[in-house]
Amino acid sequence: MKRKIHLPCALTVLLIVLCAPHASALSEAYKKNIYNPGLLKPTDSVLKVTVGDRAPDFSLPSLSGERISLSQYRGKNNVVLSFVPAAWTPVCSDQWPGYNIVEDLFKKHDTILLGITVDNIPTLYAWTNQMGALWFPVLSDFWPHGAVADTYGVLRSDGTAERALFVIDKKGIIRFIKVNDINQRPKLEDLVKALEGLGG
Amino acid sequence: MKSRIMLLAVAAVLVASLLPAPTAASPPPQPGGPLPDFNLPVPERAADKDYLGLTTTGPFTIAQIKAQVVIIEIFSMYCPYCQREAPEVNRLYQMIENDPTLKGTIKLIGIGAGNTPFEVQVFKDKYKVPFPLFSDEDFTLHKAFGEVRTPFFIGVRINDDKTHRVFYAKLGGTEGAESFVKLMLRLSGLEQEKKP
Repeated sequence: MKRKIHLPCALTVLLIVLCAPHASALSEAYKKNIYNPGLLKPTDSVLKVTVGDRAPDFSLPSLSGERISLSQYRGKNNVVLSFVPAAWTPVCSDQWPGYNIVEDLFKKHDTILLGITVDNIPTLYAWTNQMGALWFPVLSDFWPHGAVADTYGVLRSDGTAERALFVIDKKGIIRFIKVNDINQRPKLEDLVKALEGLGG
Repeated sequence: MKSRIMLLAVAAVLVASLLPAPTAASPPPQPGGPLPDFNLPVPERAADKDYLGLTTTGPFTIAQIKAQVVIIEIFSMYCPYCQREAPEVNRLYQMIENDPTLKGTIKLIGIGAGNTPFEVQVFKDKYKVPFPLFSDEDFTLHKAFGEVRTPFFIGVRINDDKTHRVFYAKLGGTEGAESFVKLMLRLSGLEQEKKP
């Protein structure tokens, strides 16, 4: 009986030791300003859309000051929505700077990238300034909090978004969804393959 | 009862320390010390293989590179600092290659922490990186190097008997190719040896 009481304590210690945060190579560009939340539940939401669905439209404020709607790209461009969980966290701070050097890969497939977090505009401004000039719009899904993320089913129970990618074609149809383990960065080649699959 | 809890807790920690811990990181390399024990695959590109002076086809160690000094950059395609620094590191390479007293003596490689081969190739193409870059997709090498932030430069002196010694290990950029070369020559001991 006693052993049953004590075992969870030991297991807890074991878990703490084993569950160090996942590896990520942080850029020195952020100095020591990145908050490490530790290892998180890989996914914590249920998708509300699926491949083949019409992508729910939205309109969000962007860093540049203009509001951006998904529907403004209908018939013109494919769109990638890149939801990342939160500003100033390890993996997120790594992800968009990578996309920032492959504008040509997006353009090659007539694709616009929209970066979205649930942070407010001032936070996004300070954070993305560390990344250098970004070629793609960054949108704030801050208020009503995480409403767009929730519409797509990628709002986590703590109010952050999943690390999720949606590829939407020129007709507004969702062609690819990847809700990644929040602790890891999605491989660039998986997104590129999805773009290649869009055809002309 | 408390002592039993403590005992179990200590036992759990001991067990955990004996298990292969995929997330455990070593301390970063220190000047005067050795590199962590690791191999790299021989590059497929003949030019890269020639540059490194490799004659074998299997995995190789840094000490097998035909050079007296090897500069290792731990970088990431996703790191804005590494992106900004890339042209200067290329210039460092060109400076070395254009100087007959340095060409063949100092060599450069990059290790893409957490980058897939595809992502490393994107970085190489984007910045026209002329020296060999290696993928460290699962962070194995990054962990062995102490999970340093990027970019991180390591200077390694290769001795004639193929032993080696780290003489420089620092977070951040080169702070200019010219001064970096001078620093490498001084800290590696090459400057002293080349004096008549």
